[in-house]
Amino acid sequence: MLSLDRVSKVYKVGTFGGKQLVAVKDVSLTIEPGEVVSLIGESGSGKSTIGRMILRLSPATDGTISFDGTDISGLKGRGVKEYYRRVQGVFQDPFSSYNPIFRVDRVVSLIKDTYYPGMRKAEWSKKVSDSLEGVGLNPSDCLGKYPHQMSGGQLQRLLLARALLLDIRILVADEVISMLDASTRVDVLNLLGELKERGLGILFITHDLSLGNYISERTVILRRGRIVEMGATAKVFGNPLHPYTKMLIASVPHLHKKWEQVEREVGARGGEETVAAPDEALALHEVEADHSVALAPE
Amino acid sequence: METTESTETVVAGTVVAKTASAEPQRKRSETLYFALRNKKLVIGLSLVLFLLLFAIFGPMFTDKDPFEFYEAYGEPPSKEHWFGTTSPGQDVYAQFVYGLRSSFIVGAVAGCVAAAIGMAVGFAAGYRGGVVDEILTMLTNVVLVIPTIAVLIIVSAYLTVGSLLWEAVLIGVTSWPWAARAIRAQTFSLVSRDFVSLARLSGQSGWKIIVKEIAPNMSSYLFLTFILLFGGSILIAATLDFLGLGPVEVMSLGLMLNVSVSNSALQLGMWWWFVAPGVGITAIVAGLYVMNVGLDEVFNPRLRRT
Amino acid sequence: MSLQVDNLSVYYRTLRGEVKAVDGVTFSIGDGEIMGLAGESGCGKSTLGKSLIRLTGRMRHVDGKVALDDETLPLDDNRAMDKYRFKRISIVPQYAMSALTPTRKVGKIIEELLESRGVPYESVRAELERRLSLVGLSQDVLGMYPIELSGGMKQRTVMVLSTLLNPALLIADEITSALDVSTQKAVAETLVEFRDRGYVKSTIVITHDLAILYQVADSILVMYAGRLAEKAPADVIIESPRHPYTQLLISSLPEVGVTYAENRLTGIPGRPPPLLDPPKGCRFRHRCPLAFDKCVEQPPFVEVEPNHRVACWATAPPS
Repeated sequence: MLSLDRVSKVYKVGTFGGKQLVAVKDVSLTIEPGEVVSLIGESGSGKSTIGRMILRLSPATDGTISFDGTDISGLKGRGVKEYYRRVQGVFQDPFSSYNPIFRVDRVVSLIKDTYYPGMRKAEWSKKVSDSLEGVGLNPSDCLGKYPHQMSGGQLQRLLLARALLLDIRILVADEVISMLDASTRVDVLNLLGELKERGLGILFITHDLSLGNYISERTVILRRGRIVEMGATAKVFGNPLHPYTKMLIASVPHLHKKWEQVEREVGARGGEETVAAPDEALALHEVEADHSVALAPE
Repeated sequence: METTESTETVVAGTVVAKTASAEPQRKRSETLYFALRNKKLVIGLSLVLFLLLFAIFGPMFTDKDPFEFYEAYGEPPSKEHWFGTTSPGQDVYAQFVYGLRSSFIVGAVAGCVAAAIGMAVGFAAGYRGGVVDEILTMLTNVVLVIPTIAVLIIVSAYLTVGSLLWEAVLIGVTSWPWAARAIRAQTFSLVSRDFVSLARLSGQSGWKIIVKEIAPNMSSYLFLTFILLFGGSILIAATLDFLGLGPVEVMSLGLMLNVSVSNSALQLGMWWWFVAPGVGITAIVAGLYVMNVGLDEVFNPRLRRT
Repeated sequence: MSLQVDNLSVYYRTLRGEVKAVDGVTFSIGDGEIMGLAGESGCGKSTLGKSLIRLTGRMRHVDGKVALDDETLPLDDNRAMDKYRFKRISIVPQYAMSALTPTRKVGKIIEELLESRGVPYESVRAELERRLSLVGLSQDVLGMYPIELSGGMKQRTVMVLSTLLNPALLIADEITSALDVSTQKAVAETLVEFRDRGYVKSTIVITHDLAILYQVADSILVMYAGRLAEKAPADVIIESPRHPYTQLLISSLPEVGVTYAENRLTGIPGRPPPLLDPPKGCRFRHRCPLAFDKCVEQPPFVEVEPNHRVACWATAPPS
């Protein structure tokens, strides 16, 4: 289990680092095995920063991130390696995830170098094939190719296969399907669903509410680095309480409903760039089981 | 209000090549194809190669020594002395070919030293960022603003640079800053790419990521940097030698110019004495720079004029 | 008819040959119509949009003609097209403002652009400010630098600028894709507002996002691999599409309320054919569950109902 406890990220900006930019403030959340938690936010909400902190690509300035009870900031050498055996990530841009001058196989061979140096060649290729087939890829279709010869969907699947070569428990999926074509993106999304059913805990970072709603058990709504509302997906979408959440839900274009109808249902106007927000520093409090919101208690 | 080209690349990108095995072959031959068609590269490279061969094999065609005095004082080119002689009676051809040799040696050694330091500093600053970057950038800027020639003049005056290698190393340790800055900037942009993050998630160490993921992506760039450092070092060495601050036991093109000027070769109309080293230096440096522009066009598809 | 496109083909020159990005496209847009142009990346929708205003060096106009208000556009003559650009046809590209000088104030950029098109700034200044306030921007934006504006503000500013001379046709190329959900809505609604007020006569909205089109477009044209698949009023495309591609595409889109647990969606297997050397016949047939032997011939784009055209042998056989 992965948990974040009042995690913050502050960047020092300006000539002498005199000013501070708060990217993430007091974020607490947990990801359990076998569930997808979607972290929904607009640009600048700090959602990717949270993913990078979990992956140790960027240190938290405050608060603790722990995995199975161990604070990950103190990990060194072997500890880091073991952490990455359990916690992996996939990123937004499939083309940027591959070194353009190498064949795509490199992403899996790096795993072998670090984690299975002694494994025999035949055994390893069997393992790779199994993993590829597990994500719906035909090994002969992708191994030996260059990134630009494959579609974005195939590349993302291959990255998922790469993560599955390890014994992972938690996957951070940062906008993994936002750059894929409509006709193939849902298949990658379904794949995340299957991985979840196999016991993986997934942090699904997205700006697209309909995707979060589709795939996740729990939803976290992030605004300017703070959580404004979180809880069971059905509750957050079915009974949004924070004005910001309502505004977001009212702004989503639907396929079978016009905006006016959605706005009536939600009882809020969409498309307001700045919602009159209550005091930002309000703490989350539980309004019903598994549903919290950052509003003053009534 | 110009439209962006991004979607075009997508159109072409999703559509290109079907065969996997032919791909690296194609890429290599494509580079070669553009390389051979690029006039600047061909001309620059031929010029540099010609001079290099001249420096290697030139001395074999003569039994004369560059420091030996012969019984011919300030004579124009003749059958006996192909490039003529200096006023004290030294053979200009012998001086020229040995001088050419030392120019290449200085260029190569100084270029390597500067490239090594520049890469180490640039990669470390760009990859690590933060405090490491700030310190290294400050160091780079300090070395950058110090007038290199002045320092070299002072240093060589005190140390009386004895050997060619010493001179080369001295040039190398002072001419790396711009290379470090350029490499740092390139590294910065590559580090933000996701494949670097993925390499870290694969448990790769920092230097492995730099050597195996980042550096190969800028190999053409590093090569161009080296060529520029090479050419620049030859020029600096010539300047030092011309000012009489280089090694005196080793013949160099700069030293030839120095001696010719101090012997008033120009005023006495002894053109053969200073034309050969002057043309030599100009040709090497110009050849390298023209080659550099050509290579840039080959490596950078956007500059290709098809 | 505001815009009439007849059998238009535009190819891209690449090192490996010509990419048939737009191949024999015929459609028309009526006065006051907002037409959505939808399709996946690489289907040619952007190329089609761009070719109506400017052919870049790598694009080649192979065949067909385009008429705006019954006047044939000189597509091949870059100079002659200048007469139409901005005044009669305008485009809002995806990253319009990012391409502009960051060191100039927005007002100055606009002024220079207008002057370069022979329009004195002062003559339109009042209208410019009126329209900016209409889209919710104060005239202060004119004194700001592009970097000081948010993505949505930039996009709306460029929309105001592009439509300042009331063009007959506005091409909006993926203008909402890089924006957040909340800003997306405001920008999309501006398109409708401009049409309603008569600032533009007709609009082509190019996007991969069918949900946005359902909100703002009157009709939707679906492209696949350089060809037209289907064109119909927006609600017909969404509720009762006829082309198998449109049907499968729409059924693959998650929307709020649809969940993995209760209602699993499926994508379309396979990927579009390479446009460098596209297969003969229907270009969707390799991914199409309804494909049969007739599909090796190219299906005609036939009208199955008024204003509803489909190119498919299986679902819309020509009578």
